[in-house]
Amino acid sequence: MSVITADPKTAGEREPARDRKLTRVAASSDRRFAAVSHALLIVWSVIVIVPMLWVLMSSFKSTGEILSSPFSLPDDWRFENYANAWTDANIGRYFLNSVIVVVSALILVMLLGAMCAYILARFEFPGRRLIYYVMLAGLTFPVFLAIVPLFFQLQNFGLLNTRAGLILTYVAFALPFTMFFLYSFFRSLPHDVYEAALIDGAGDWRAFFQVMLPMARPGMAAVAIFNFLGLWNQFLLPVALNTDQDMWVLTQGMAAYASSQVYDIDYGALFAAIVITVVPVLIVYCVFQRRIAGSVSQGTFR
Amino acid sequence: MKDTILKAETASRRPEPAAARGGRPWRRKLTFDRVTFFLAFLGLPLAIFVIFVLIPFCQAIFWGMTDWRGFSPDYNFVGFDNFRKMFEDDIFLKALRNVALLAAFVPLVTLTLALGVAVAITLGGPSKGPVRGIRGASFYRIVSFFPYVVPAIIVGLIWAQMYDPNAGLLNGVLTGLGLDRFDTFAWLGEQATAMPSVMFVIVWGLVGFYAVLFIAAIKGVPAELYEAARIDGAGRLRTTFSITLPAIRDSVQTAYIYLGIAALDAFVYVQAMVPNGGPDNSTLTISQRLFNVAFAKQQFGYATAMGVVLAVVTLVFAALVFLVNRLTGGGEGESKKKTPGSKARRAAAEGGAG
Repeated sequence: MSVITADPKTAGEREPARDRKLTRVAASSDRRFAAVSHALLIVWSVIVIVPMLWVLMSSFKSTGEILSSPFSLPDDWRFENYANAWTDANIGRYFLNSVIVVVSALILVMLLGAMCAYILARFEFPGRRLIYYVMLAGLTFPVFLAIVPLFFQLQNFGLLNTRAGLILTYVAFALPFTMFFLYSFFRSLPHDVYEAALIDGAGDWRAFFQVMLPMARPGMAAVAIFNFLGLWNQFLLPVALNTDQDMWVLTQGMAAYASSQVYDIDYGALFAAIVITVVPVLIVYCVFQRRIAGSVSQGTFR
Repeated sequence: MKDTILKAETASRRPEPAAARGGRPWRRKLTFDRVTFFLAFLGLPLAIFVIFVLIPFCQAIFWGMTDWRGFSPDYNFVGFDNFRKMFEDDIFLKALRNVALLAAFVPLVTLTLALGVAVAITLGGPSKGPVRGIRGASFYRIVSFFPYVVPAIIVGLIWAQMYDPNAGLLNGVLTGLGLDRFDTFAWLGEQATAMPSVMFVIVWGLVGFYAVLFIAAIKGVPAELYEAARIDGAGRLRTTFSITLPAIRDSVQTAYIYLGIAALDAFVYVQAMVPNGGPDNSTLTISQRLFNVAFAKQQFGYATAMGVVLAVVTLVFAALVFLVNRLTGGGEGESKKKTPGSKARRAAAEGGAG
């Protein structure tokens, strides 16, 4: 371990007096550092929170009020904005579509990604490295390179504008990320438990589903959270591959609703629709936020 | 789920102990169980990946050289004509310039801010005793991550309203501060401000995620390093630059590449705020142009060729990031490792798994 010296003069023999002085200097610079830190974080928090609060406030106003006095509290709280948004923007249906597609894709991608990562991480076979690098390429190339051929690929399979087609596409594009994340996780799991399972007579199937998968639970939870966010926010794939309005997912529905506002302006309802969309995610996030923070670092908090 | 239990086979012969990590007793007889296991575990995921990702990618390279117009099966092979056409197409060149700007600024600003937030949260604490986080760290962490949870399309829509010339909050705040010239200023409608406004929104949406990522990376730096620096009299600032930043270098590189890929795309954000390409196409992106040429004009060959160019630009960007990192003395680790993954590895090595 290399010791990093702050000041060449102090690296040698240190007299107590200078040591104290140095600490004082360091302490005052630390105070400055803390003050600057606080200032930065407060400013950033304001920039994050204020737009959200403003949207919430505007969602209770009439369109006229939004245009005439956009920054005051609403005169009368118009809850009917929410009813209008719910019916006009068809939010209920799109929300359900989103849930069905995202949850199915999530379950599938977690299972397949874990299986793939497990094989690549713990078995030697010809072509292993090739598969690894091809997956890496799939992670690096932009989705837009594939979007046109993908459209026709789905058409050939008869999967265009179907839930199954969208789910499979979601799975395919989330697979590399899931695989890489879990790959390092499976690499790191101790071997003796697996050995013990084999000695106890478990086959490969059983060793995976009853021993390895439960052991990878922290990793699985982390990837599941990030995959959920990524798939829930997916916009391009549904817009290109899922054009039947009854099948629309929430992101599509919201985009269409916002652009339809050009002809029939109901700002209050638009803001209400935004709130309706954000609140469930916000609640889920607040419940899981420790998980998210912890999952990224995988419990390396010291 | 079938699992044939091979009692006789496995119990009679103890597998050799695994030599190194990742070593395994795989040289055992191929049984039916094992073959089906391999087929299912490797076959299924790979089939989906190949059909929906790999084949389209490969097809794209070929189709980019045809004049295919979609639903009729006949097309001509035109070689590099599409690319020639593209580089004579003023609108496309403008889009190329725009995404170059996005790739230049968005990752830089986002990561600087994210690092600032992460360092402030983790190292800004009191200077007595061990290095601690700032007071209220968890509040700041929750708030800064929040925009990432909101779907990108909604982020775009919120800011489209914020930027609204008449009813937007931004002009309201600025006029409230006495800057009357912003009374009806159209942020997304003026060429000078449209692109910076879009960039700001992308940054706003992504900073939180990378901040959380870096917080995790910083927490992974061995505490002894911090203690040693402290004993040597380094202050917080010095510690940040001499210890923290070098230690999380590889995470920053990975993040930089990811952000670059996101910024070169930017489709969701621009569609939400400036679907028409902005004033004089100043915010038009390659992705928007591609989408339009493909699904509105049905020029599939030409659109795919644009996709190829976008992919090349992305790869060039990634190569540049690698190169800069190498030249400035980083990158001894495998950069293909995912930060959380390597975190997981370390955690598990300390018995954090299970």
